[in-house]
Amino acid sequence: MAFVFFAYFAVVSIVAGILTVSLKNPVQCGLALLALLLHVSGLFVMLNAEFLWAVQVIVYAGAILVLYLFVLMLLNLKTDDRYFHARTPYLLAPAVVGLIYLLFLLMRSPFSGSRGDASTAAVLLNGDAHAVGIKMFSDYLLQFEIIGVFLTGAIVGAIVLAKAPRSIETRRDA
Amino acid sequence: MIPLSAYVAVSAILFTTGLLGVLIRRNFIIVLMSVEIMLNAATINLVAFSHYLESMQGQIVALFIIAIAAGEAAIGLAIIIVVFRGKISTNVDEMNLLKW
Repeated sequence: MAFVFFAYFAVVSIVAGILTVSLKNPVQCGLALLALLLHVSGLFVMLNAEFLWAVQVIVYAGAILVLYLFVLMLLNLKTDDRYFHARTPYLLAPAVVGLIYLLFLLMRSPFSGSRGDASTAAVLLNGDAHAVGIKMFSDYLLQFEIIGVFLTGAIVGAIVLAKAPRSIETRRDA
Repeated sequence: MIPLSAYVAVSAILFTTGLLGVLIRRNFIIVLMSVEIMLNAATINLVAFSHYLESMQGQIVALFIIAIAAGEAAIGLAIIIVVFRGKISTNVDEMNLLKW
């Protein structure tokens, strides 16, 4: 049963990713990206990461994607005829060959390593959000604060960049 | 039980798709969306390794990736609005003001 769900989420997210980079209309690309994000969040549920699932749906699909669609509709883009790079086939062929070689190497790798203390049973005892919170606010507190400062800087930068520049006349009056 | 390699393979395919999108698409907004696909592929990898190696660190870093993606989207879209106001185009081939 788990395999069926995994196959569904994996196949739909890959197809949605390919549609995102290949569709012509930018709004349709945004909707394909929405499908990708929701199915990736399904993969998170299969990996016992319920808190990340909620964050993915709320922050990615709810906030970031709406921002993209809002800007797309604000700009009212015309679809160009030349929406791909001129040398697309020459880029596509090495990418596909490289991907096949990469998958071949990944399938042969054993992927073993030292195990941590968060086994599935330990995480399920109090829930994933509890485990993430304990780890985030003990070992990663400094990084959490840095991310807060980073996001504040990003918001201020975005507002300063996107603000309409004042004309010279009004600047002289002020 | 699904093997870890399956998640890593999905992540590799998504990452290659996003990389190709950055390289071949000419619309700046679609290029930013392709960057989001690559960030999602990295997140799948981190969460999968976090689950299979029974450690919480992967999920913490995945949360940081989502925060950074939010900042990147805000700044990138602000830059698009500024460029579009001046040149009425979001084609990356025509954005060459900084090229000297």
